[in-house]
Amino acid sequence: MSDTQTFLDTLKARSSNYTAEPTWIAARRQAGAARFEALGFPTRRDEEWKYTDVRSIAQGSFALADDAEFSPASAAALTLPIDAYRLTFVDGVFSSALSDVDSLPSSVQVLPLSKALAENHEAVGGPLGRLTGVDFSPFAALNTAFMEEGAVVRIAPGTVVEKPILLQFLSRAGQPVMSHPRVLVEAGGRSEATLIEHYTGESEATNFTNVVGELMLDRGAILAHYKLQEAPLGDMHVASIHVEQSRDTRYTSYNLSLGGGLVRNDLISDLNGQGAETNFLGLFFGQGRQHVDNHTKVNHNAPLTFSNENYKGILDDRAHGVFNGKVYVKRDSQKIEGFQSNQNLLLSDRAHIDAKPELEIYADDVKCSHGTTTGQLDEEAIYALRTRGIDEATARGLLTLAFAGEVLDKVTLDAIAERVELAVAGKLPERFNLAGLVEAAVSLND
Amino acid sequence: MLQVNDLHVSVEGNEILKGLTLTIKAGEVHAIMGPNGAGKSTLSAVIAGKDGYEVTQGTITFEGKDVLEMEIEERAQAGLLLGFQYPVEIPGVKNIYLLKAALNAQRVARGEGEMPAPEFMKLVKEKLGYMKMDASFLQRAVNEGFSGGEKKRNEILQMLVLQPKLAMLDEIDSGLDIDAMKVVADGVNSLRAEDRAILLVTHYQRLLDYIVPDKVHVLVDGRIVKTGDAELAKQLEANGYEGIEESVA
Repeated sequence: MSDTQTFLDTLKARSSNYTAEPTWIAARRQAGAARFEALGFPTRRDEEWKYTDVRSIAQGSFALADDAEFSPASAAALTLPIDAYRLTFVDGVFSSALSDVDSLPSSVQVLPLSKALAENHEAVGGPLGRLTGVDFSPFAALNTAFMEEGAVVRIAPGTVVEKPILLQFLSRAGQPVMSHPRVLVEAGGRSEATLIEHYTGESEATNFTNVVGELMLDRGAILAHYKLQEAPLGDMHVASIHVEQSRDTRYTSYNLSLGGGLVRNDLISDLNGQGAETNFLGLFFGQGRQHVDNHTKVNHNAPLTFSNENYKGILDDRAHGVFNGKVYVKRDSQKIEGFQSNQNLLLSDRAHIDAKPELEIYADDVKCSHGTTTGQLDEEAIYALRTRGIDEATARGLLTLAFAGEVLDKVTLDAIAERVELAVAGKLPERFNLAGLVEAAVSLND
Repeated sequence: MLQVNDLHVSVEGNEILKGLTLTIKAGEVHAIMGPNGAGKSTLSAVIAGKDGYEVTQGTITFEGKDVLEMEIEERAQAGLLLGFQYPVEIPGVKNIYLLKAALNAQRVARGEGEMPAPEFMKLVKEKLGYMKMDASFLQRAVNEGFSGGEKKRNEILQMLVLQPKLAMLDEIDSGLDIDAMKVVADGVNSLRAEDRAILLVTHYQRLLDYIVPDKVHVLVDGRIVKTGDAELAKQLEANGYEGIEESVA
């Protein structure tokens, strides 16, 4: 039996759950299944998957979860200590017990996909699948075939959402399961919000998460989008995120990838209107035998659009990282600026990175640059720190964080920065670089 | 406090120190002078624990402990601190972080616990003033983009905050103009104390006009060939090292 067939059989066995659903969903589910059947799982012969072997997913056997039970104490230990509107999913299943969106203003909707469909399925059917269709990848097709749950975020024009919107995905230990969440964000004109996707779970978990995100920014909208991926090391994580930006929008992605055994992120921004700006900040950290693949693409489809990308990779042990960043400038999209930088730090001789920056430009009046570097920690600097009484492990941690600094310094949510520091550098005596203390020092001068 | 006994050190098979013996007591300021290539920087590097220096013979003890058996950071935590001739730039690590992490590492090693933030800031601010440094230095990455003089002042700032038992200053005067040298010398002089010792390694006598040593040692070809008081440095300035070498020979 082929790998593909195993998944299709699981889908067939699930079909009794889908009998009452609207016809448009049934049609897309079928289209997803057909597309997945035709494509099969990607192999390393596919250019887009050249460096990433997904056999551990393809040959896996994953059930589908039916409940969202999770001990509140364990959930509390995993959750980000942030005052946020919160939706929680356990192995893809919505947990109302671990969610809290009660205080949302009426101009903002944050609801599980199942509820959004029950309330008004047609309002979901329009945007869903518009950016990431079944043709995007076998994983997008698979997601569409299995889609059941996820999050729908709607922000009315002109609304400034004061608290972050946190979507929390918890992975449980036990029999391997898969989930195919959909995240749908519609940010109204001149709205402002912070969205956090947080993936975490029980350390022994061995699940497969295959998320599709579609984010639509209407004219002048500003969205900060954190994706903090701290999945258990036995988890497999595939994410396809597609952002559509109209005129004068600003989107900033903080793609912080720390966990997961096999990780693949696809992040795409379409800059479709003048004045649209996208910022891709990425930090990926791999240790043990982790495999972390980041594919990004910025499509400058309109003149006067701006992109700025900075991805930092830190790889230890036998970890394998992939960075593939593409900047595409459509024919005659003049006066665009596109900058891309990828720097990688290898902490061991066996760690490995495949870095591939690509520019594809069909306009002549553009400012674009890209560059990638790979290096090791500076032994002289480690020595200098040790001569000040700082132990070697801390010295290495500090220098590793210093390498990540350009990205990490832009993470303004302390709770997230702390998680990254802990993962990358181990337990440090203080928050790195002590922003608060420096401010105190400056004020002492007054 | 520090006892160096018959120390032989090789770098890549070449013997640099050839039986160096030196005793430094608490409260004393020692200066080691010598021509280029005599092994001055090798001595401080070996005491600090830099890689690449092989001790083939001899001992170094600090307050009765075998220094050569200690990790680099343990030496610093014990109160042995080296000020570099060429301070290393550490991009991305703020000065303030280095100072706090280093001070607390030493305090924790001594079982004292971390210094509360307000007390720490008061201490740092006072020492900054001493070194005529602006608070903006704290926010800058360690030595990154610093001028030569700023780097040296930063080394002394670290000494003032960390308060070592033995401060070793390797060519701390090199690359300084006269005003910067005075600031650096004032900083070093403020470290002088009954329970602290200072070891200056220098090529030139002029630093010793500002920091008057109790003892001056002349290091030639890996050994101390002559020891005297501050007057010896002045003789060296007048006659050069050749006279000493001849008198030894």
